[in-house]
Amino acid sequence: MAVAPESRPLPVPRVADRPIERTGDEAQSARPRMGGSGQILVWALLLILVLAFLYPFVWLISASLKPQGETFTSSLLPQPLIWQHYVEIWSAAPALRWFFNSALVGILASVAVVFSSALVAFGFVYQRFPGRDALFGLVIATLMLPQAVVMVPKFLIWHSIQVGGTNLAATQVPLWAGNLFASPIYIFLLRQFFLGLPRDLFEAAKVDGANPLRIWWSIVLPLSKPALVAVGIFEFKSSWTDLMAPLIYLQNRNLFTLPLGLKAFVDEFGKGGIQRWDLVMTASVLFTIPMLIIFFLAQKHFIRGIATTGMK
Amino acid sequence: MLSPWIFGFLIFTLGPMIVSLALSFTRYDVINPPEFIGLKNWALLFSDPLLLKSLQNTFFFAALHVPFAIAIALALALLLDQISRGAGFFRTVFYLPSITPAVATGILWLWLLNPQVGIVNQFLHLLHIPGPGWTTDPNWIKPGIVLMSLWGLGNTVVIYFAALRQVPNELYEAARVDGAKPWAQFFRITVPMISGTLFYTLVINTIFALQYFTEVYTMFFRGQESGVSEDALFYVIYLFRQSFEYFHMGYASAMAWLLFAIIVVVTLVQVGFSRKFVYYEGAS
Repeated sequence: MAVAPESRPLPVPRVADRPIERTGDEAQSARPRMGGSGQILVWALLLILVLAFLYPFVWLISASLKPQGETFTSSLLPQPLIWQHYVEIWSAAPALRWFFNSALVGILASVAVVFSSALVAFGFVYQRFPGRDALFGLVIATLMLPQAVVMVPKFLIWHSIQVGGTNLAATQVPLWAGNLFASPIYIFLLRQFFLGLPRDLFEAAKVDGANPLRIWWSIVLPLSKPALVAVGIFEFKSSWTDLMAPLIYLQNRNLFTLPLGLKAFVDEFGKGGIQRWDLVMTASVLFTIPMLIIFFLAQKHFIRGIATTGMK
Repeated sequence: MLSPWIFGFLIFTLGPMIVSLALSFTRYDVINPPEFIGLKNWALLFSDPLLLKSLQNTFFFAALHVPFAIAIALALALLLDQISRGAGFFRTVFYLPSITPAVATGILWLWLLNPQVGIVNQFLHLLHIPGPGWTTDPNWIKPGIVLMSLWGLGNTVVIYFAALRQVPNELYEAARVDGAKPWAQFFRITVPMISGTLFYTLVINTIFALQYFTEVYTMFFRGQESGVSEDALFYVIYLFRQSFEYFHMGYASAMAWLLFAIIVVVTLVQVGFSRKFVYYEGAS
């Protein structure tokens, strides 16, 4: 079994014990800081770092706008600007289809994991029974288990299920259905959040005759929207970017998600293929943009979630 | 209410763990029934040169990635903590690579690291340093991968920044009254106060580094082609190939348990180490 250090829970940062709102954005007016020339140095360093971190994105976009054959010229300003890769890409590969598949799998994975993890997390907060904390320790301990250990048996499980003549291991179902059973990291995150809700609310509802499921649905969930959104976008991100599971399960090109599609695309059009790196770069840009949009729409939730759980 | 997790734990974690352990004593290719072969897979773990190579590659990567990621992320977070406005913007920029899909990151860095046209070598050229073959020279493939992995350290910056902002100002003020120099403040106040967070990221980043897969697989591997880039063969890539490309499910299961054992041992060593160095507020 995964190691569960008996006397102490798995080490989690102290920030996790505090309200989820703490992300470092609170005012810190009395902070001792370098003054004068120190500030200039700090700003100069930060600006250089920004250039270094952003350069790869700029290069990628620029490469996607250069004429075929000039993808790797060093200039960052394409002369002339070529938009046609963004038209050609849709016929060079079933990109729209992969896009749709990824969105569908991502949404199913997020919705499934949000509700199941919220239910389990509330169970750990609301219900009192002997061995509860030990069981929660077990939840945390499973975080250490490498997916590689369960990867093969999971495949065999899906492989053994036939639905209407179709083997489930050859469908997209394994990419999200496991999420119906909650996920340890999100149970942890949501439990932290639920612990911050006033317990009196639950007790009052209980006195009014509400059963635990009703309390969960009508009181806990509406009060926890920020945390639920955070879990949803984290799972969407991990589903959107996951290559391993699609590699294991999907053989049919029409079922590919974007990571697998892009991998197939780069193998076909890039390395060893017909050297259309211009299209590969265009596909990479299109693949990255949805994540950037989601990030900018939900930035606060991302930052809070990471500061609380250290999510990758 | 706990039933979804309990059910999932039994079906998708505990059950598979038992099956995986059992499979590690068999030869199994999914098509034919498993055949019991005793400890052969386990013995092979210690004589398979490719496995040894992949372990070396992975340890090399982790040994470089983890300390650099922690040190650089801490430096960036300290810089952010020094400015009174705009920190949110810089944090966003540092975090952007972390949300870039790993396959796209792999493709992108294959070209940034390209010995001829890549920016990394162009930059070195400006400094009159001859750039190495980051994607071709066996000695430089892994350092190149480390460089790529460090682009994605924004997560850790976000965590450190949040932790730094929770260090009470009074501690610094008291230290200044006592005449403590900035370095002394850093080592006597900042580091102890965020040591819990430092330790946590050490554990998380190590586990992450030992399982690094997607970017490297995208860059250097293609389907069942063999003989490519032994120097980029990371442990999980080799494990994936053994299981789902060669269908050596029994051997792959033994490999997975070896990885689990390594992660547990490394983590326990880190926990032991942390007892000496980590300060928990309010803990005895």
